[in-house]
Amino acid sequence: MAAGSALLVGLVEEFVSGQQDSKAADTATGLKAGQFTILQLVEALGLHLASSQPQTRARGVQLLSNVLQQCHGDLTEREVDVLLAFYENRLKDHYVITPHVLKGMKALTKCSVLPPGSAVSILKSLFQDVHVQSLMLVERSCVYNILTQLMESRESELKGLGADFVFGFVQSVDGERDPRNLLLAFQIARKIIHGGYDLGKFTEELFEVTSCYFPIDFSPPPNDPHGITQEELILALRAVLTGTPRFAEFLLPLIIEKLDSDVQSAKVDSLQTLTACASVYEHKELAEFLPGLWASLRREVFQTASERVESAGLAALSALTACISRSVLNSDSEDYLNVFLDLVLKDCQHHLCEPDLKLVWPSAKLLQATSTASYRASHRVAAAIMPSLIEQYNSRTQCAQRRTLLEVLQGFVQPVKSSEEDESVLLDFRQSLCSIVFSALSENSAGLQITSLRVLTALSQQTVLLLESDVELAVDHLTKLILEEEDAKVSLAVVECAGALACLHPLAFISKMVPRLKGEIFSESMAQGDSATLSQEHSQQAVRQRCLTALAAVSSRPSVVQESTPVLLQVLTSSHTGTGSFSLEEVISVCHNLQRIAEHAQDTEETGRVFHDIIIPRLLGLALQAAMRGSSDHPSPLVEESVLSAMVPVISTTCARLQSQLAGQTASRAVSLFLDGDMSFLPENAFPSQIQLLKKQAGDSWRQSQMVCLLMGCVCSLPRSVEVPQMDRLLLELEELSCTCDHPFSYTSAAKCYAGLVNKRPAGEALDSLIDGTLKRISTELDCASSSVRTQAFTLLLWVAKALLLRYHPLSTALTDKLFSLLSDSELGSIAADGFSLLMSDSQDVLNRGCNADVRIMYRQRFFTENSAKLVQGFNSAAPEKKSGYLKALSHIVNYLPRQVQLTELPALLPLLLEALSCPDQAVQLSTLSCLQPVLMDPPSALITQLEALVGRTLTLTTSPAMKVRIASLRCIHALSRFPEHEIMPFRARVLRALAVPLDDLKRMVRSEAVVARNEWFLLGSPGGR
Amino acid sequence: MSGGARLENANPLIFQRTGERLQTANDEDEDVADPIDDREIFDILSGYIPRAFNVILINFELNVVEQVRVRVDDQENTVGVEFTPTIPHCSMATLIGLSIKVKLLRSLPERFKIDVHITPGTHASEDAVNKQLADKERVAAALENSQLLEVVNQCLISNARTG
Repeated sequence: MAAGSALLVGLVEEFVSGQQDSKAADTATGLKAGQFTILQLVEALGLHLASSQPQTRARGVQLLSNVLQQCHGDLTEREVDVLLAFYENRLKDHYVITPHVLKGMKALTKCSVLPPGSAVSILKSLFQDVHVQSLMLVERSCVYNILTQLMESRESELKGLGADFVFGFVQSVDGERDPRNLLLAFQIARKIIHGGYDLGKFTEELFEVTSCYFPIDFSPPPNDPHGITQEELILALRAVLTGTPRFAEFLLPLIIEKLDSDVQSAKVDSLQTLTACASVYEHKELAEFLPGLWASLRREVFQTASERVESAGLAALSALTACISRSVLNSDSEDYLNVFLDLVLKDCQHHLCEPDLKLVWPSAKLLQATSTASYRASHRVAAAIMPSLIEQYNSRTQCAQRRTLLEVLQGFVQPVKSSEEDESVLLDFRQSLCSIVFSALSENSAGLQITSLRVLTALSQQTVLLLESDVELAVDHLTKLILEEEDAKVSLAVVECAGALACLHPLAFISKMVPRLKGEIFSESMAQGDSATLSQEHSQQAVRQRCLTALAAVSSRPSVVQESTPVLLQVLTSSHTGTGSFSLEEVISVCHNLQRIAEHAQDTEETGRVFHDIIIPRLLGLALQAAMRGSSDHPSPLVEESVLSAMVPVISTTCARLQSQLAGQTASRAVSLFLDGDMSFLPENAFPSQIQLLKKQAGDSWRQSQMVCLLMGCVCSLPRSVEVPQMDRLLLELEELSCTCDHPFSYTSAAKCYAGLVNKRPAGEALDSLIDGTLKRISTELDCASSSVRTQAFTLLLWVAKALLLRYHPLSTALTDKLFSLLSDSELGSIAADGFSLLMSDSQDVLNRGCNADVRIMYRQRFFTENSAKLVQGFNSAAPEKKSGYLKALSHIVNYLPRQVQLTELPALLPLLLEALSCPDQAVQLSTLSCLQPVLMDPPSALITQLEALVGRTLTLTTSPAMKVRIASLRCIHALSRFPEHEIMPFRARVLRALAVPLDDLKRMVRSEAVVARNEWFLLGSPGGR
Repeated sequence: MSGGARLENANPLIFQRTGERLQTANDEDEDVADPIDDREIFDILSGYIPRAFNVILINFELNVVEQVRVRVDDQENTVGVEFTPTIPHCSMATLIGLSIKVKLLRSLPERFKIDVHITPGTHASEDAVNKQLADKERVAAALENSQLLEVVNQCLISNARTG
């Protein structure tokens, strides 16, 4: 023990006189280790604490406080009591000591053994002896922390202080300016309000001391060292201000005043604060201010130029109305809600009668905001305005006015907040609304029709509003519009509306619309004879097209799918047999619409069965029949590449999305069809028994071999959990087909199918040896310059490389390196360069996430970082005439990179990209420009040093023969105008002169880009410009 | 913009905004020449909403310039624009006219002769304004005045940002 005290005296001496701050930590360690007690420490400090020099006393207190910060957990209640008495007393001492005293007190308040009553005495002496706002930032924060700590641990004692506590807090916060401390202060104030502390007569003072910061305008310092945002402060302050109804009498006038502000953010903040307090207040707090609040809200919505203010204003009005709606009525009081709504209606209602004037819109929005607030409000508003809106609609004759009125009506039909039991407030007006909608549907104005379709959709969402007879009438109208309306926008709206209605009322659509559309699709064309004109034929095709689209749109419920898909299949059948006169586009459109159904229909067993058991076998069967028919009689459209390509997504969407169990079955059927010629599942299978679809045959076997694309649609889109049977054999045959076939569509599809399967194969030795084998075969063909199947080998290489690249397979590097080496190949160089675009882009029909392929995130960046150096090196060492291949490959790769990566990589690549701008290949120019343009929006410094070359080359391209290049280069020039002014000013005259030329361009799209760009450059450096 | 008192016309008539120009197949065809037409001039001017003043001056929904009031002859190289101030005493008429003229000068090929004037009978001092706008020298002189140019440019800036 003696050794301990000697050590202690040494430590104290070194800290106080020797000014060695580290000794505080040593002392704390010693204390914790039990080498000495806190009492001994105080005794050892005795002399210093009683010194006549304030600096020495401060040093002594500092040591004690530092030690306490470490050791406050080990103190006994008696020790705490003594220490507290000492510290409280020290607050009266010299000001240099105060900071250390506060630190010590803060440590002591954390003690769990704080004696009863001490909290009160701490606060009393704090409030009495310390003037908080004359302390430094850290000490003020210390005071707030003491308050927070005590409020957490000694709440009941503080409440015993009564209003004195609040008064003390108000005094200490008054004048605080640092955002960090403000956040603490706001939190304390919030606890005072929510914790039920007695505010006494200091309510107004507490409000004053916090509300003086409202509305908060704070922008953090540039490097934002403390991470405090304006949003945080706003929310913290709002929680205080809206915390209690007792602030209402002060807050509401303040809000009304701040709404007058010219600063937009202040308005928005005030409105949001109003919204927040409306959820806490009751009518009695609001009553007095309602007229004033309404006047301000009305003004903001009527006159605002900003959508933010408008929507905040509407939200506030809605919250106010909801608040008043909650108030309980006394028998003797008037209905407050009615009084308020009268106010609103008086100011807004009459504007609805002037559909030509601007205020009709804000008035409608205000009324809609009130009516969404509560059921009662919606009832009252609807009763007041619906009759007059309906009457006006019926009495006005101008289309524009009717449309405005209908759009206003639409806003009121939108969902009204109501519980299940409440009957819809619109029930009384059901009849008139329906008749308005139906009459508007038969008007001649597109705008009116579109709006009425929207109203119809909205009406249908509230089940009671459309009776069964109305639905049937609606379906009749929709059908008629589909058949007769030629305006594209109206047709789109009709289809949307039909889709929405069909979800709710499938029966009406099955019984009425589907048969009519079917009849129309198969109606014998009037265009058969030669009397028919071309335009008639055109219009009939357009009608069919609309019918097909509508069929797809209404097919979301399984019951409708069962009715609509046979119609579509029948079109395919009859175009195959040649009985109907369907154009190639119509056949393709049928496939697109089947795919759309597969994409949007509900994934139920019923829908799954329709697609897997009927549609896919039928598609395969028809395609096979068409392929077997050969070229003898009239050719079926189903051998066309475009039709088959349209069928693929039908099959792949089905297999990827609908009923994975059934998809597995479909896959195994397809595999046995293609490998073994098993046709048992195909309808009407009257085929020769010997077919081998994947084998190369003599003559025009391409009709059969190209069917491999349908196999791809099926097996490459399965969920990864579903197994494909006979995988190894399948892969072998696909490889064979893709390497030997000479029909481009067939070998490409085979390569894609192979790649799609490889992408999903589990990693392991089997996969590695498979790829090794394939790569060897490809290399052999590619290395033999005289080989006739080099293109085939290249195609397979490209697709397999993509499949492996997507899943980060280690062998992908070997394949992509092979691709890089082909860039200097005289025969394949150009297509190899274009291949990089395929490698980086999302493929439509295979190897994408929709097909459940294994696609890792950021594979593009990874590929780029691993290979950009190879590319640059290859470019530098290539012969001059081969350089363009590298540039093309580079611009394809960079083009698909996310902008952030482009920006960081650009400096290294800039010389190459600038080179690419003067490359004669238009595709290279275009893709380079489109990759430069986004980068120019936020120019890195590397670009600025190259400005001369950049401006010169881009200007040259504005006269390129290709329209797209001209447009892209003008966009780049536009982007260049945002560069720092002093950098680009030297080019201003030159650019303006050069841009006068494209102003007179042949193409309008080029001219409009030139106009925008030239005007921006004019503003540059001009007074009032930029 | 608070306080309704400062707005010259708080509840003006509004008109449906004409929709976007529809793209046709010809627009994509490299070999077809698209002549400069009325709609194109209208599009150059539209979106031209000077908010730089503390009153909303003009706005296309308020129909300051209607499509029918634009006349273009691509062959004869002439463009005529008639604009209608919202109220007959609109104090900004000259400025609106000047801004339209400057915008067209910057956006059309040099071969065009540009004529901007007020729709007959819609403004109290229409002759004076038309005369100012037609006088090349005075327009040039106005644009030498850096304060005036600043105001015009501000009109055109908001055009670029909102358009």
